[in-house]
Amino acid sequence: MAEGLVDREIGFFHALRDAGIGISLAEVLDATRALGTVDLLEREHLREAFAACVLKRPAHRDAFDTLFDIWFPPVLGDPSAWSLEPDADAEPGEGGESEPGDPRVMREVLKNLLLDGDEEAMRRFVRSVVNDLGRSDTAPGRQSWFSYRVLRALSPETLMASLLDAMLTEQQRGGLAEKVARQTVQERIRQFQEMVEAEVRRRLAEDRGVEQVSKTAVHPLAEQVDFLRATRADMAELRRQVFPLARRLATRLTARRRLGRSGRLDFRRTVRASLGTGGVPLVTHHKPHKPHKPELVVLCDVSGSVAGFAHFTLMLAYALREQFTKVRAFAFIDTVDEVTDFFTPGGDVADALARMSAEADLVWFDGHSDYGHSITEFAKRYPDAVGPRTSLLILGDARNNYRATGLQPLKSLVQRARHAYWLNPEPRAYWGSGDSATAQYAEVLEMVEVRNAVQLEDFVQRLLPT
Amino acid sequence: MQSPSFASVDDVASRLRDAGYLPDGAIATTVFLADRLGKPLLVEGPAGVGKTELAKAVATATGAELIRLQCYEGLDEARALYEWNYKKQLLRIQASKDDAQWDEIHDDIFAEEFLLSRPLLTAIRREEPTVLLIDETDKADVEVEGLLLEVLSDFQVTIPELGTISATRRPIVFLTSNATRELSEALKRRCLYLHLDYPDAAREKEIVLTRVPEVAEQLAEQLVRTVRAMRALELKKSPSISESIDWARTLVALGLDTLDEESVKTTLGVVLKHASDHVRASEQLKLN
Repeated sequence: MAEGLVDREIGFFHALRDAGIGISLAEVLDATRALGTVDLLEREHLREAFAACVLKRPAHRDAFDTLFDIWFPPVLGDPSAWSLEPDADAEPGEGGESEPGDPRVMREVLKNLLLDGDEEAMRRFVRSVVNDLGRSDTAPGRQSWFSYRVLRALSPETLMASLLDAMLTEQQRGGLAEKVARQTVQERIRQFQEMVEAEVRRRLAEDRGVEQVSKTAVHPLAEQVDFLRATRADMAELRRQVFPLARRLATRLTARRRLGRSGRLDFRRTVRASLGTGGVPLVTHHKPHKPHKPELVVLCDVSGSVAGFAHFTLMLAYALREQFTKVRAFAFIDTVDEVTDFFTPGGDVADALARMSAEADLVWFDGHSDYGHSITEFAKRYPDAVGPRTSLLILGDARNNYRATGLQPLKSLVQRARHAYWLNPEPRAYWGSGDSATAQYAEVLEMVEVRNAVQLEDFVQRLLPT
Repeated sequence: MQSPSFASVDDVASRLRDAGYLPDGAIATTVFLADRLGKPLLVEGPAGVGKTELAKAVATATGAELIRLQCYEGLDEARALYEWNYKKQLLRIQASKDDAQWDEIHDDIFAEEFLLSRPLLTAIRREEPTVLLIDETDKADVEVEGLLLEVLSDFQVTIPELGTISATRRPIVFLTSNATRELSEALKRRCLYLHLDYPDAAREKEIVLTRVPEVAEQLAEQLVRTVRAMRALELKKSPSISESIDWARTLVALGLDTLDEESVKTTLGVVLKHASDHVRASEQLKLN
């Protein structure tokens, strides 16, 4: 096997590791053996072979695909310059003969491609538009590639209306058919954008070297994105991951619980089992331990700055509710309200969050975070919420707008609770800066930095007893 | 080393196609590798995308017999691997009470004759081509994974009284999982991994057309697009391929030849199985 190929493969796996995907040596060996069995001229086969050997979690697939496209590019250079495919192969209306760089013509071509949904034709088109529109000379003799130049010139989103006109007849407007068509078009536009971005990365990688581009190409995994900086797409991805995450946590807990010795002798089952061995109790049976289940009370700041974090944590708490005897949730901005009822079992969590922000009574004065007033109100209005079996979680960045902190009621709450933690989505380095009352609160209860889903996962494991 | 069952990736694809399963590139390549490298293949994905079907199709395509181990909570060694037939052993001891020496009996009662073979051992001992399907691995307890490790990495089973039994002919092994829990790293490392997801529109349409040949192409196209629109909503349980197929059958049975608001509304129960999903879908797809 060519040494260059193996070097390339190892480099690729290193880039994957840098992107946070763990790959063991055994898996590298498998992949190398796989390299010897598949047809290397078939690029997609190679991709799937590597994926089968080293990828063990679907969440890593996007990062893997991005890096694979950089390290094993489908073509080199500008393909139209040495066109292998004769023009006869090009589809009519694809614009092979039109003047390069005329965005109006290209938009027309793009519109037809989006209507048609032919992936291969789309890919050829993307290569040629990136070549024509995506380049910019940053300095004499140096060039760079930008996807936004292409996307701005063609602005595919603005084609939506005319595409829908072409797909739908008059009476189909407004109902199910339009919704479905819209969905189809959106999917194709997204596909087009992804293709453009991949093509730009490929050209960049040729100019600057693959290592350089791999470092910046991969979007961080959703579980490592900071809650405070998460985009809408990140949050949607996180929401999708709540249930897998909860399942993972639940499994680990069950495994940990199983490791402990089982409980008292189950006399009845032992005697029953002894009948099979002639009345001699060879195997003893034990009653399982009853796991200790704490009550969870979540008190969370849902003001704009930290809402994403609060929503995610609430969803996780509800996904894990079987691990607790009871979960009660309270939300506040500058006053507090109970939101437990919005989360009915079997109900839709996304709806619950929307209803919570619309219906719960969270604003008392001006709609800026007021931890002091909220904590005082909480202690006054729900005196029975926190008891000796409760784990109390407070979620928020403790940015109090320089108001009173309400330390006294908080202290008595913490004393009453079995455990109390404060989860702060801000990086530890910012704690105590500006209007952050972190220092005062940290004296009363333990404050934990929970910036992303991974840290939250670690914390939940600590919280739940074996 | 036994001769591999498939010649190339394209060979896998065409033979699976003949067996009535439409694979995409990822599926064909991974199955090919599982066969070539002699490694078990872990197939994960949402319910109803054809994980079990894949194992069945590979068995048909290679002319192998399918041996299936259905996992469930409480599955143990005695059900998965082997068990000593102690009733028969007792009989043997009682029958030779008077004359025989203990040593003799002792060797005798732990012989092949008293061994009850369960799916894993059966698959390993078979001489003919075999596909071993360990279904819904995630439903089994964590201990079972430990049990699988020896079987899957070396294709051997150690029985203390008999010694180690190695496979004469390696079976092609499929493990399926709905990811209701994370399988252990050790198990994953020993397997090739295939994540089966909802197929792209063209392939899904083809699947619907092969499975329900009575359905018109136009309708299949509409149906697939509508199902994809539903998957884009944040539903509790997105409809998968089996639901698409069921839906196509339902529409054919009802004699409907186009999908409009009315027909979707009346047959929504075939596709969506949660009340909250119904509400959400009718709202978002403007069925009312």
